[in-house]
Amino acid sequence: MNSHTEVFEDAEQGSSLWHDAWLRLRKNKLALFGGGVLLFMLVVALLTPWIAPYSYEAQNLDLGASPPSSQHWLGTDIFGRDVLTQIMYGGRISLAVGFIATAVALLIGVTWGAIAGYAGGRLDAVMMRLVDILYALPFMIFIVLLMVVFGRNILLLFLAIGAVEWLTMARIMRSQVQSLRQQEFVEAAVSVGLSPAAIIRKHIVPNALGPIIVYTTLTIPSVMLLEAFLSFLGLGIQPPATSWGLLISYGAETMEEYPWLLIFPGCALTLTLFSLNFLGDGLRDALDVRGSKD
Amino acid sequence: MALLSVDNLSVSFVTRNGTNKAVDNVSFTVEKRQITAIIGESGSGKSVSCYAMLGLVPSPPGRIDGGTAHFQGQDLLALSEAELRAIRGRDIAMIFQDPMTCLNPFMKIGDQLIEPLTLHKDLAKGPAREQAKILLDEVGIRDPQAAMNAFPHEFSGGMRQRVMIAMALINEPTLLIADEPTTALDVTIQAQILKLIADLQTKRDIGVLFISHDLAVVSDIADQIVVMEKGKVVESGQPKTIFENPQHPYTQKLLAAIPSGQKAADAVAPDPLIRIEHLRTWFTPTTGAEPVKAVDDVSLEIHRGEVLGLVGESGSGKSTLGRSILRLVPITDGQITFEGTELSALEGRSLKQFRHRMQMIFQDPYASLNPRMTVYDTLAEPLLLHGLVNKAGLDQAIRELMDNVGLARAFVRKYPHEFSGGQRQRIAIGRALATRPEFIVADEPVSALDVTIQAQILDLLADLTKEYGLTMLFISHDLAVIRQIADRIAVMYHGKLVEEGSTVKVFDNPQQDYTRSLLAAIPGTNAA
Amino acid sequence: MLRFMLIRILQALPVIFVVITATFFLVRSAPGGPFDQEKVVIPEVKKALEAQYRLDLPLHEQYFAYLGDLAQGDLGPSFKYPGRSVNEILFSGLPVTAELGLYALIIALVIGVTAGVFASLKPNTVQDYVPMSLAMIGICMPSFLLGPLLVLVFGIWLDWLPITGWGDIPGDKILPAVTLGSAYAAYIARLSRAGMLEILSQDYIRTARAKGLPEWRVVTQHALRGGLIPVIAFLGPAFAGLLAGSFVVETIFQIPGLGRFYVQAAFNRDYTMILGTTVFLSSLIVFFNLVSDVVAAWLNPRLRQQFQGGG
Repeated sequence: MNSHTEVFEDAEQGSSLWHDAWLRLRKNKLALFGGGVLLFMLVVALLTPWIAPYSYEAQNLDLGASPPSSQHWLGTDIFGRDVLTQIMYGGRISLAVGFIATAVALLIGVTWGAIAGYAGGRLDAVMMRLVDILYALPFMIFIVLLMVVFGRNILLLFLAIGAVEWLTMARIMRSQVQSLRQQEFVEAAVSVGLSPAAIIRKHIVPNALGPIIVYTTLTIPSVMLLEAFLSFLGLGIQPPATSWGLLISYGAETMEEYPWLLIFPGCALTLTLFSLNFLGDGLRDALDVRGSKD
Repeated sequence: MALLSVDNLSVSFVTRNGTNKAVDNVSFTVEKRQITAIIGESGSGKSVSCYAMLGLVPSPPGRIDGGTAHFQGQDLLALSEAELRAIRGRDIAMIFQDPMTCLNPFMKIGDQLIEPLTLHKDLAKGPAREQAKILLDEVGIRDPQAAMNAFPHEFSGGMRQRVMIAMALINEPTLLIADEPTTALDVTIQAQILKLIADLQTKRDIGVLFISHDLAVVSDIADQIVVMEKGKVVESGQPKTIFENPQHPYTQKLLAAIPSGQKAADAVAPDPLIRIEHLRTWFTPTTGAEPVKAVDDVSLEIHRGEVLGLVGESGSGKSTLGRSILRLVPITDGQITFEGTELSALEGRSLKQFRHRMQMIFQDPYASLNPRMTVYDTLAEPLLLHGLVNKAGLDQAIRELMDNVGLARAFVRKYPHEFSGGQRQRIAIGRALATRPEFIVADEPVSALDVTIQAQILDLLADLTKEYGLTMLFISHDLAVIRQIADRIAVMYHGKLVEEGSTVKVFDNPQQDYTRSLLAAIPGTNAA
Repeated sequence: MLRFMLIRILQALPVIFVVITATFFLVRSAPGGPFDQEKVVIPEVKKALEAQYRLDLPLHEQYFAYLGDLAQGDLGPSFKYPGRSVNEILFSGLPVTAELGLYALIIALVIGVTAGVFASLKPNTVQDYVPMSLAMIGICMPSFLLGPLLVLVFGIWLDWLPITGWGDIPGDKILPAVTLGSAYAAYIARLSRAGMLEILSQDYIRTARAKGLPEWRVVTQHALRGGLIPVIAFLGPAFAGLLAGSFVVETIFQIPGLGRFYVQAAFNRDYTMILGTTVFLSSLIVFFNLVSDVVAAWLNPRLRQQFQGGG
């Protein structure tokens, strides 16, 4: 795709739909704010072992719980551990769960939905019937059960959460693929003679990406909430590891005397969820318009 | 004094990308008991002018810059929203283009119909419903009582438009504004609705403002024609004057674009390139339900080098027939032979080898191009797939294609959404020609385009057919277009082939009743 | 309509069956039994207890026996609370949870729909941004964060509202219901806004305006019908979520409802309790989803006729 130089000397640069969407996104202040905050959180989470003010285990039993001060910007908990450090390490876990579980759900859901959507007919009916049945199961109850029964295993946590979220992803992908399959440019690709694999790869997937990206961005906060919920009930992340959900649950226990133990982790979680949601909304608005029609 | 007198109306739209002057100093009148038609293509401002008068243009981003619109002694543009609302639906009524979406799908027809009465005339429900039934009868709905309790989706497009008309006239307005009321309807239904509007207009003594893009359609019923281009009025006058002596170049262009004339019958030896025998393409939407017989036992021959026009209204099966030949939909029964080879039996690789010999041009130029691929990508795909050129010769081949379809080479790296409808269709035609096919199915290739662009594309197709020696199946619902471009015609109705023959013969001497009614419905044949 | 309902009910049955079976075997495959956590029990007594609760039978026999009981509506005795049956415990907790859920749902619907519709009338203005930002907060703040915060502010600092119990002190139902309902209010607000925006851009709204209808009538009589369908369809899943959410709220506010019993039973390995609650709650959820689907379908005249007339 490079040496057009002789034949197409004065070719003007085209502006792809992605480019247009990016321009639209840039104008959305809230989405940019969300993206910025998210990026900040991710960077901090990655660099935590190097930039945390105290080590994770460092306790100061003499100090006990104390409100924010110049040495401990966000205060300390009842063991004298620095809250800021706790939040940073907790963030690593919470964000990791959020992204990884979503990635699992994405992989399974998109593949499942794409196959069902493109194949149609009986295969589609069977695959989606399975999704419908699983969808109708009250997962919350099952996850609680699973976590209780099989112990608090972080891998299991990922799988359990991923197992809940892939269903909606599959449905979205399938409906996207189905509607794209009926588009005339896909018919044109068939009439040109492309194989089904090539059609899926070149024509369907690039055009289905939009809603998938949006939904993925909105799934991450949902997953993080789920993890926090489980941790709150004591069924998710176990000490000595920590997550924002755990921190909030500890903070809730002692909130009368030490409200900062509740408020700061709460802010961290809420702020991150905010950012993800704003970013997701912004992406949806930016990607939604398919470019101008006559 | 005129019923409606619009003077120097200007309307702009203020958006983030700048201010767009949609209506620029427009003046026109509607006389009592007369029909004034406003003609224009998309972007001409014809609809915006009328919406602005009634306060139906959303106020950001729309903005009325100036002008007056005098109706019954008042300037509509100077009235408050409340005063305008009192006039809307009572003294001035409107009907819109797409009857499928203009009625509330969640409300019964009767409930929607009586709203203008209960609102403006303070009528109680009982007498209002009686009145509504009378109106339904007047617009030709067969069972008014049943219709009152029905939902919109139970009716066809034509019937819904009749309901819309009834709803508009129920308060006995003096002015009716009709925004492209027949554009979304089938040809025969269009003729019926036009007649209905004309009849009602005389009977009820109302003035009508009729907006359309189709000069032929309004030539039958209008007393006065106003031509708009890019927000300005370029010409106005009586139909006879406009047709016989158009002054403005744009009007002349519009008139020239009306497909006319008949293709001279070529002395082509009837050598069948494609033979269709007893083709059946049936769809079963849900298991156990009645199958939809889209193509029902059609037998046809398409001769080498000819343009066969396939005519029919919506639901006739013409599109499905075209797609069946190209194996884009599964065939239920029957045979399709291409130069002796039975197409219907081919699968997989052998079918792929055939594909490059037959291609398709689709109706919607935006939907038929992958929005994420540049012109280069779109044209390169078929070339590379069938190994017709190697990498080195690719650029050259693409350049040739673009030249042949009239696309500037500088656009080669642009994306579909950056082009106009006509240009996109050129890209689609280029893609179809890339593999040097022998046979092309053109499925309503110009129906989605403005009239002037339509003429350009039709000329392009005619030229290309001759130059490349193509055989073409040209599918359309527009008889005037078919007449201009096709050598032979086949008429379809409800999945069956109704009539077939050379263009000249079928137009001069139609055998079947359905064909006759189709021909009679062509607008512009009964010029005022 | 009847046919549609029947089909959905039939579709729901295998789901419930799967739930029962999966839960049964899941619970049993867990390490540890209900009596392991007790103080040391004499082996003979333990054997007798196990016999009484049928724990000495092979697993699949226990399963079928359970199914048999289930068919008669008997959810079995509780392991943890000897002398009390699961049915008893469930039905003591049910009214509480149901009331909590109902209040939360009402709060969610009233606030959510009002805010969403209000915002949709003037998109991208202050009228839109304010409610939707509040809605965003509601979504991003989980109930186990909001609850304690509300308790902190209204219960402790301001001392306006009671913070535990249900029905003991007047006003003690407010905080729990608000905590539970707020996330759903937020979600419903977004749903109704999106639904209304979609409807308001339809052609038939323009027709209504062209008839001279005042804007408030256009909204209430023409737009609402279609715009709120997504909200109705959401009620089924919302109910499922409310039940799940009640776990947390009941724990925070010390409310003796189903949710709290469930969590406790899970920790205590109280097999019959876990099983019973799961089956019961799941059936409820499936039932509510069914109702919600049916109502949403019925509201759409096109679908309604399809199911009545047979296409």
